[in-house]
Amino acid sequence: MAAKTLTIDGQMVSAEEQQTVLEAARDAGIRIPTLCHQEGVMAIGACRLCLVEVAGITKLLPACVTKVQEGMDVKTNTERLQKYRRMILELLFAERNHVCAVCVSNGNCELQSLAMEHGMDHVRYDYRCPKCGVDLTHRLFGADDNRCVLCGRCMRVCWYIEGAGTKNVSGRGVNSSIINDLHQPWGAAESCTSCGKCVLSCPTGALFYQGATVGEMTRDRSKLEFIVTAREKKQWIA
Amino acid sequence: MLLEDLIKIQETELAARKKCTLRVCLAAGCMSLNAEAVKEALEKAVQEAGLANDVEVRGVGCMKLCCEGPLVGVDPEASLYRQVTPENAASIVSTFKGGQAEAEKGDPHSPFFEKQFCIVLENSGLVDPDRIESYIAADGYFALRDALREMTPPDVVAAITKSGLRGRGGAGYPTGLKWATVAKTRSTRKFVICNADEGDPGAFMDRSVLESDPHRVIEGMIIAALAVGAEQGYIYVRAEYPLAIKRLQTAIRQAKQMGLLGSGILESPFTFNIDIRIGAGAFVCGEETALMASVEGRRGQPRPRPPFPAEAGLFSQPTLINNVETFANVPPIIRKGADWFAGIGTEKSKGTKVFALAGKIKNTGLIEVPMGASLRTIVEEMGGGAPDGNTVKAVQTGGPSGGCIPASELDTPVDYESLTKLGSIMGSGGMIVMDQTTKMVDVARFFMEFCMDESCGKCVPCRVGTVEMHGLLAKIMAKKATAADLRTLEELCDLVKNTSLCGLGQTAPNPVLSTLRFFRNEYAELLQPEPKLPAGAGKLPVPSSA
Amino acid sequence: MDRLRVATVWLGGCSGCHMSFLDLDEFLIDLAQKVEIVFSPVIDVKEYPENVDLVLVEGAVCNEDHLEVARRLRERTNVVVSFGDCAVTGNVTAMRNPLCSADCVLKRAYLETADVNPQIPREPGIVPPLLDRVMPLHEVIPVDCYLPGCPPPADRIKALLMQLLTTGSARLVGAQIKFG
Repeated sequence: MAAKTLTIDGQMVSAEEQQTVLEAARDAGIRIPTLCHQEGVMAIGACRLCLVEVAGITKLLPACVTKVQEGMDVKTNTERLQKYRRMILELLFAERNHVCAVCVSNGNCELQSLAMEHGMDHVRYDYRCPKCGVDLTHRLFGADDNRCVLCGRCMRVCWYIEGAGTKNVSGRGVNSSIINDLHQPWGAAESCTSCGKCVLSCPTGALFYQGATVGEMTRDRSKLEFIVTAREKKQWIA
Repeated sequence: MLLEDLIKIQETELAARKKCTLRVCLAAGCMSLNAEAVKEALEKAVQEAGLANDVEVRGVGCMKLCCEGPLVGVDPEASLYRQVTPENAASIVSTFKGGQAEAEKGDPHSPFFEKQFCIVLENSGLVDPDRIESYIAADGYFALRDALREMTPPDVVAAITKSGLRGRGGAGYPTGLKWATVAKTRSTRKFVICNADEGDPGAFMDRSVLESDPHRVIEGMIIAALAVGAEQGYIYVRAEYPLAIKRLQTAIRQAKQMGLLGSGILESPFTFNIDIRIGAGAFVCGEETALMASVEGRRGQPRPRPPFPAEAGLFSQPTLINNVETFANVPPIIRKGADWFAGIGTEKSKGTKVFALAGKIKNTGLIEVPMGASLRTIVEEMGGGAPDGNTVKAVQTGGPSGGCIPASELDTPVDYESLTKLGSIMGSGGMIVMDQTTKMVDVARFFMEFCMDESCGKCVPCRVGTVEMHGLLAKIMAKKATAADLRTLEELCDLVKNTSLCGLGQTAPNPVLSTLRFFRNEYAELLQPEPKLPAGAGKLPVPSSA
Repeated sequence: MDRLRVATVWLGGCSGCHMSFLDLDEFLIDLAQKVEIVFSPVIDVKEYPENVDLVLVEGAVCNEDHLEVARRLRERTNVVVSFGDCAVTGNVTAMRNPLCSADCVLKRAYLETADVNPQIPREPGIVPPLLDRVMPLHEVIPVDCYLPGCPPPADRIKALLMQLLTTGSARLVGAQIKFG
């Protein structure tokens, strides 16, 4: 595979041809914030947190789906990008009811961490305060729509790693929500294998283990990556 | 079927023409005003008057002056009757025997008609959309025959490129370049898609073209498929257009029966089929990647580009996707030559553009003008200005993605670049006229509400940003906002424009930005004073020793 | 130099932020050298005074009284700090927003779930009417600094006060702005 050389934040970086800017940056130890990105499943470029500036291109490009190119000059952390990222995070907090104080993922939440990282000390937009449901019908897991950021990670791991296709989206725009099967209660969704990959992938407290306390709500997402890698490299076939 | 057959159909059809024709508009606008009953009344009157051998009553497509429907045209004297009712229809027939028509006469020589230059709409209001023979009589499918027999696929692409045709869906991407890209990709499976998911509020150009002259679009698609090497085509049309769907279905069936679609088109080895896919009411499915996802049977959501549809589109195969009006321009370009087409319009915008005139304007309806015609010609001369003695305040082009152009800029020529310079866009052709009673903040709020409702919800800036912008606009309207809220609104416009995933979000702030640019005072008048702060607000006195 | 005139205000919150303030322990003694508390739930002053340098506002804006207090303190104070998650985000106090309006919240609390003597408290001039929507402080008045946390730990309060006292303004970053 051919290698490409590019510049990220002034640092010369070499990357494999098919790598994305996000992968190249991570390999070089440069952090680009992400939310909808999940190692092991298809990137969708939806959260817009990983937008970067590329010299010569007026549009901002999502690092997670932009392939590296020879001679590319990428800036990942300009003042403009920082401003946009903070605004996007504020919009996410305004969208649903994120009450960190009473959330089971307090301290283990990607949204909360991203807010800290980007200096979001308050939200300038009006809180929408939508009425959202909580689904506790599954015997192991729970789903709280109040905390969902619609990143679609649960859906992608369910479809593309587990292959169950339980998680789907219904509605559109700000009224979108993650549903199970054809909008059944989770416990009644026959396609669900109770594998728990969705809970592993969830960046916030929207999907959680029933009975887990705040201290226990850690997620070992490397398990998902492990499965994908093992499958792709056929590590389970003798 | 061969050329001779095509010529024979044309000759037979023309020979069967009667001395006089009564053309009744059967497009959706007139249909909703009872045009079908008018047609029946006319047929009955012709029978009763014993004129069946001399007078043909023909259902045709849109006759353009929609506000005066139902419209009836009389040939050969080319007169026009407006607001015809089933009751007074018989009196029109009586004129053939020296009688007096009770129906109101329209003026086919008014600027509304005289200033039109019809390429896309050349058959609209003339041919019967339900009969392929009627289209063939108007030189239909001869362009396909030429493209198939006299030209090679690269010739066709070259002709489209040379014509200077640009995408009529709104963005104005050079059509020839798009075709060339798809043609160059090496894949055994390619697709041609016609985007008929017209969704802008106040836009009805594509609907009218499909209802009036469906074969023209089909012919354009077949020529495109020939040029790029595709075997399967889809027309993605919104479910809200049942009449257009019905006429397309009829047209596709007829074209298949005549060997113009299917395998061995015009007895050549070329195969091409067209299927219709019906949208389920999502505006975002007019965005090409969302449209393709929907055709594939998935949730209609856009995805990041690249890869562009030309490389990896429908089912990950190279896909050519053009708008209805773009395809409708193709047959005349092939038939009359690229140079003829390139001679019309301006330097960078060739040909004509169809606009749907709506809003506070006297002559509501469909117009087609050469690119470069001024907005003033369209709005004041052709459209007749605002009704009831009101004055035109602004013109909105491009629907929720476009902007409001103030009356002071009416001398702007209509072409892609000039409209973009004013913060609007050509768009698909919706043109909404506003008079002095229109509140511009409310216009911006209306369009933002539309975008908010139509956002698919995939990317955060569009999903939540549109809601927050709508909230701020409503707050301004309610006289509860301050200058700080206006600043927040402008910041959000900047964010949503620059960070949204697809065109819907990227252009959603345009109505706000353009009304802010030209009508900022209307916003300022609604703002409330900021709360009083003490003189030393914001900072503590710092001890000098510290 | 005169000591800074500092106030603390308690709107719709649990007073946990004030408790956390008291957790400043011996720093309170240092603080007392530099500031004078001119208004607070912990001192006996009825009227919010004029010419206040700094105010820490705990709690969200939930009722008419809060609205009035917030507007008055903004007119009379140079630096307003949103003190704790309720003031910054609405937090737990605002969890009633998605449910319904003030009326139905009151009905639920005082009628439907009442064991004895169900009635909605109504005493004009004494019991302030609830707002339909609980708001964070900055939705009502301009706010200068934000001190998130539920409650903000004492060291965070200290960090903010130190910044304010030494530089005149403050902005917390990183782990110091963790919600919850």
